[in-house]
Amino acid sequence: MGGMDGFGPIPIEKNEPVFHTDWEKRMYAIAMSMLGRHFDNVDEFRHALERIPAPNYLDSSYYERWLDAMMTLLVEKKKVTREELVSRGAEPIAPAQPANHCKGDSLEVRRRSARFREGDRVVARNLNPTGHTRLPRYVRGKRGVIHRDWGVYVFADSNAHHAGQRAQHVYSVTFEARELWGNGAPRKDTLRIDLWEDYLEADSSKTKAAKKKSSSVTRSKSGKKR
Amino acid sequence: MSGNHVTIPTGAALRVKALETILEEKGLINSAALDSVVDMYETKVGPRNGARVVAKAWTDPAFRKRLLENATAAVAELGYGGPEGGHLVAVENTPKVHNLVVCTLCSCYPWPVLGLPPVWYKSFAYRSRAVRDPRGVLKEFGVEIPEKVEVRVWDSSAEQRYIVIPQRPAGTERMSEEQLAELVTRDSMVGVALVKART
Repeated sequence: MGGMDGFGPIPIEKNEPVFHTDWEKRMYAIAMSMLGRHFDNVDEFRHALERIPAPNYLDSSYYERWLDAMMTLLVEKKKVTREELVSRGAEPIAPAQPANHCKGDSLEVRRRSARFREGDRVVARNLNPTGHTRLPRYVRGKRGVIHRDWGVYVFADSNAHHAGQRAQHVYSVTFEARELWGNGAPRKDTLRIDLWEDYLEADSSKTKAAKKKSSSVTRSKSGKKR
Repeated sequence: MSGNHVTIPTGAALRVKALETILEEKGLINSAALDSVVDMYETKVGPRNGARVVAKAWTDPAFRKRLLENATAAVAELGYGGPEGGHLVAVENTPKVHNLVVCTLCSCYPWPVLGLPPVWYKSFAYRSRAVRDPRGVLKEFGVEIPEKVEVRVWDSSAEQRYIVIPQRPAGTERMSEEQLAELVTRDSMVGVALVKART
């Protein structure tokens, strides 16, 4: 959703309860019990949420989306049939796309050695997969700097589709607000986001930012001399 | 609770009830166990945990250092941990940097220290605008950050979960850790509020 328009003011509620209705409580608890024991991982659940047809997604409350995603997974995993749900008045929605199970090759490789180090300049790759991803659109193609290496984590993009864990380094990457949103953004502001190594490539270009940095160093030095 | 308020079951309520019945019949869930899951986040785990963490960081420099180095281990010292808390990161507000946390992709949030997220945190409005116009979002919460201060947004897109350590307000030097914890709000630990000394 990062960067989208048209959602109006933020719905701030004073003294908001943890749950607003009993059914939200039940839905939350059902999901927690099922995710831990009967489903494979949280990534496939997130993907099921993303597969809710966009008009439904935008028109549903948070726990209604959980309900829809849960029913999608239950039917796909043959834990419950569609007919059983319909006969009890709990008709599941038709997901916008299938679970996209794919078979990979040598996907269990664990990449322990990090390709990037803190301070390295990187570009978020312009990937547009049809399945689950944790690479938001607003950073694709943008240039940033590695802030920190968090270590090795299971790759959500493949794990969501049971295509292997493909564990790899995840980095905190810093982007300048102006790189993401243009020159109208405040000069000092930044954004940090956690990105898997497969989302990144080295930024080998002579960037404007790099040049700017070296010239501003010179400027501040001469400024001090007066 | 408030006497004459009657709740009419909505479509969602009926569907969830049906789903629960089916799953119970199949032995996939245990309805009684669901109650304890709800109770955990309604009464036991919430932002009071985070407030204790912040107050301790303000008063105990060694703890603050451990918290900034490895927040998961540091909050475990206070007995906090569990789902969505395995990779906790504490980020500190200073006179030069104001931190703001969002999850643009879903609703990632540090449950063990803040509990479950409020509706606004999960809303499309916050998820879409916190990254592009954080200062505008902050204004909606009544917070204005000076231009010379860097606003640093953290988009929790992977396994890390973030808690903001707000700045300790002036005039609280003589307060105890417990009194300080009373001042710390949930919103200040997400970065959409500042902590104020009570007058």
